Amino acid sequence: MTLLQENPAETAYEAELIQRIKSGEHDLFYRLIQPYERRVYATALSIVRNEADAEDIAQDSILKAFRHLSQFRGEARFSTWLLQITINEARMRKRRMTLRAMESISDQQNDEGDYMPREFADWREIPSESLERKEIRTALVEALSSLGEKYRSVFVLRDIQHLSIEETARVLEISPGSVKTRLLRARLMLRDFLSPGLNGQWSATPAFAKGNKPWE
Amino acid sequence: MECDAGVCEREQAMGITCETMWRESSNYIDGTLSPDLQQSIDEHIKACQACASVLAGLQNIVTLYGDERMAELPSGFSRRLHRRLEANMPTTRRNFFGWAVALAGSVLAVGGIELSRASHQVPDSISKHSQHLAKPIPPDMQVVVSEKGRLFHLAACPFIINRETIRHMTASVALAQGLSPCTRCLSKYL
Ligand SMILES: [Zn+2]
Ligand SMILES: [Zn+2]
Repeated sequence: MTLLQENPAETAYEAELIQRIKSGEHDLFYRLIQPYERRVYATALSIVRNEADAEDIAQDSILKAFRHLSQFRGEARFSTWLLQITINEARMRKRRMTLRAMESISDQQNDEGDYMPREFADWREIPSESLERKEIRTALVEALSSLGEKYRSVFVLRDIQHLSIEETARVLEISPGSVKTRLLRARLMLRDFLSPGLNGQWSATPAFAKGNKPWE
Repeated sequence: MECDAGVCEREQAMGITCETMWRESSNYIDGTLSPDLQQSIDEHIKACQACASVLAGLQNIVTLYGDERMAELPSGFSRRLHRRLEANMPTTRRNFFGWAVALAGSVLAVGGIELSRASHQVPDSISKHSQHLAKPIPPDMQVVVSEKGRLFHLAACPFIINRETIRHMTASVALAQGLSPCTRCLSKYL
């Protein structure tokens, strides 16, 4: 599970690209950020939960990284720095959109105390093949949206974008311990949220496709 | 989870409580526990159906959300990003070339394979540097591709979807089919 650890070759490659971009080869910038496009977008989406806004924020953040590249001193990985910019950008935007007032109650409710998983005897596996179906992916995204931001952002970086615990901590500027606590909580909440899938809806035509959620 | 007397006795026999098991379940899945604790959990879930279900559910959640299909960009994302960048960068005459080069693949970023084909239209400074910058994916390297996957992987990669449908081919064939290298198992070439 630690395939994406620090990779010296990758870092050296990036350092050289950055050097060349700083000295005027601007057209190499796309190559620098290309491997991180998905992460930047997903990170923005984890905060604002709206695809159009997330894309806009992603573009802004990437441009900002370009404009401020001279300030990047290589103390962190480039990707960490880029994602930090994205998080800040997304939070700023969200504040401006005053979504804060409407932030789901879950953000206030979810504290980091112990969480009791729902009890049921058997977990019915939701097969990966079901992800071929758009409505299943949408249902998963919806489930994720129901989490408070601090859980959602950790979960997206760690479990969807596969950053290590340490990278996730650096991007969000929290401790690795907090990453683990929030990750546990996020995973347990998602499990509970998606547990109705174990009644077989996942393989049949899902009843929730038209906003009818069997788990409510 | 309620704990009647019988369950608690069993918990004692199992070494750890259900609460401990929940608290560590996420670390268990990530494989970051000490061997001792890991073993205690293994024993616990053999005897405790409810906790086995917690773990199975968590594992399922992590697998589902970790699937590459959950990390897709909206279509046209990259194109719109280029356009935005291009419009906002100090213009250099090479700009168009630059994007063309970057676009000629995730491929070019990855190595010299596509480069030779494209090099007649690539400014010298770029093509020369690219060869030593990117550590190219060896064109003959064996990789695998699954039915609906848009990525190619090393055969051992744990993130292959539809594993039962994989086909083997060389990296150059995969690239020619427009597939991108997996950012996890092939990260050292990216
Ligand atoms: Zn138990
Ligand atoms: Zn892979």
